[in-house]
Amino acid sequence: MLSDLAWLSPPPADFREQVRHLRAEAANPGAGFFERAVALATAALDENQLGQLARLSREVMTAGQAPAAFGRLKLGLVGDGTLALSAPVISGSGIRHGLLVEVIEGAYGSAVQEALDPSSGLHHAGLDAVLIACDRRILGLDRAADSAGDAARRVEAAFTQIKLIADGLRSAASATVLVQTIPPPLEPLFGSYDRLETTSAFAMVEALNARITDWSAAGQAILVDIARLASAIGLERWNAPGHWHASKLGYAPEMAPVYGDVVARTLAAVRGRSRKCLVLDLDNTLWGGVIGDDGVEGIALGQGSATGVAFLAVQAAALELRRRGIVLAVCSKNEEAAARAPFRDHPEMLLREDDIAVFQANWTDKAANLRAIAETLNIGVDSLVFLDDNPAERAQVRRELPVVAVPELPDDPAMYPRMLMAAGYFEAVSFTQDDRDRAGMYQANAARAAAVAASGDLDSYLASLEMVCVIRDVDGASRPRVAQLINKSNQYNLTTRRYTEAQVENVERDPSKHIKQIRLIDKFGDNGIISVIVADRQAEAWEIDTWLMSCRVLGRRVQEAVLAHLASAAQAAGAVRLTGRYVPSPKNAMVRDHYGKLGFTRVREDPDGTTHWSLDISTYAPPTVPMVVEDEASPIAPETLP
Amino acid sequence: MVSQFRNMVKAMASDNVLSQLRDIMIDVFDVDDLEITSDTTADDVEEWDSLSHVRLVVAVERKFGFKLKNSEIEALKTVGDLVRLIEAKAA
Repeated sequence: MLSDLAWLSPPPADFREQVRHLRAEAANPGAGFFERAVALATAALDENQLGQLARLSREVMTAGQAPAAFGRLKLGLVGDGTLALSAPVISGSGIRHGLLVEVIEGAYGSAVQEALDPSSGLHHAGLDAVLIACDRRILGLDRAADSAGDAARRVEAAFTQIKLIADGLRSAASATVLVQTIPPPLEPLFGSYDRLETTSAFAMVEALNARITDWSAAGQAILVDIARLASAIGLERWNAPGHWHASKLGYAPEMAPVYGDVVARTLAAVRGRSRKCLVLDLDNTLWGGVIGDDGVEGIALGQGSATGVAFLAVQAAALELRRRGIVLAVCSKNEEAAARAPFRDHPEMLLREDDIAVFQANWTDKAANLRAIAETLNIGVDSLVFLDDNPAERAQVRRELPVVAVPELPDDPAMYPRMLMAAGYFEAVSFTQDDRDRAGMYQANAARAAAVAASGDLDSYLASLEMVCVIRDVDGASRPRVAQLINKSNQYNLTTRRYTEAQVENVERDPSKHIKQIRLIDKFGDNGIISVIVADRQAEAWEIDTWLMSCRVLGRRVQEAVLAHLASAAQAAGAVRLTGRYVPSPKNAMVRDHYGKLGFTRVREDPDGTTHWSLDISTYAPPTVPMVVEDEASPIAPETLP
Repeated sequence: MVSQFRNMVKAMASDNVLSQLRDIMIDVFDVDDLEITSDTTADDVEEWDSLSHVRLVVAVERKFGFKLKNSEIEALKTVGDLVRLIEAKAA
């Protein structure tokens, strides 16, 4: 199931032909190119087909006209053995995840040298990220050690080597570091005793993986758990000694497609492109049978039958996702009252109406309902995963909305949870309390949308929200979320400048920079960190480097509170002006007049459409905003401003 | 007469394997046009290097449903050798 990417449908018979057509457009991609490319890549492709997509990706990047919907990423691939099979499958799988990934391979057998040599190609490639893919057979962990001390030394040496590579490339390129865990050997030396005997190759590899894990947990790298992937598939299939002997391939070549997908989905997570919402069909997906025909008593759900328990397990998986912050929604062809009945009345239902942010039960087609769900939650359809047992419905959604993830499902509901979870749609590279609360926030947002529709008058609605806006320094706790926002906010983003977590940390320490995170709380709940600003503190004028905001809080006038903060902070530092720019991107048209609306004067426009703006602080009067602003760090409270 | 017929069937089968092999190679080497004969060697095809050779072996194994040993792979000199190996393994 894993190694053949069973959650993806089989590739079309004319795959090569379709790639050819897309390649013909590479220099000048036509309408819907992104969707067509993603749709073609969203199939269970083999390593050769992924290689063909990698070529397409390269041609699109080289031509320089790539559609804006694609994320871009330059990945250095360094490590042991032959990496030439990995590079094309990572890049080809990247398209499946909406990414154009250019992979720069380190030279064979010289990972450490290249990482440490400032004149190496990797240092000058402008890498966004680097993936360290080491092999136990090169790290010296393939044979038992002579003593416990020898084993400890070998593990330490292997870890040091990985760290040297990481540090060498991180400092030079400011690249995000990803590191693979190492699959242990299959062949036992002592048997079960291997795990106890620290000198065994198995125990040494496990010890190294523990070191790598601690190091990643400390924020030094993003973990790509290849050891777990290999064990899930089975080391027997993962490991192919013949291919190691012949070509120094670290894994059986048949594993290349799933390897590529796991790396690509991690890169997508780094870029903030993981899915946010799981949309569930009901009949024969959450319970057995048809609620409209069988009624609450008649559906198969709960203890007593294997089928009923299987559907409980599907619900438990959905609930687990909900608890880690994945929004749940329902999309079902049913009468609404009938569809809601089990949620209310079935004693064994695990999911309750409270867990569902948007409930679409009607007779409209599912693609239209999925669009409505995305719109209600104010997220893109590319954030949705749709789970449906019915192949015809799946096909309709894939045809209409190719960027919605629609996993294939086997006949047996017992396998649904595994299929859903193995597909890795919700891959995370960090996890914070904000993430955990996210599902609740989106749900509260849907409730707010309903409230504003009911109240009609915007000002009284905003006042009724009882908002508190908290402006704070960025610190270790908030940094992951701040970096996440910086990397994935596209629409309300004035300059679309991306910074890694490491770069954010540098900005925090840089006395010439002013960086703040803004949180918004209201009576429906805590929205978490929803805005970030970075300004360059110059003597006379502060230049706003980054100003972005989550679209979840559009129309709440947070930007006005932020400006009041900036003006007072700049004034306290002796500056007399704030300057900012709008750098147009294909997605940020909504903030074209952001500065104009806030009272800035337009200074000039560059040929590329960038507009420059300036605000004279002495003539600026902070407005009354419909929220309490908590701004501890600000030396002057807004009300003392002239 | 019978043996002549048998040889003819054999030759047709080989042609069939050769043509399937050609389709696989088009995919593996990512070339649109490829002419191969029994005498073709890796030197004759620009995209046929040591790494694409690994992918070729894997694609052949997948298509015909068997595994090849390194010793068998190392003994291959021409496309004809590969065709004969496939026929022997698939028999």
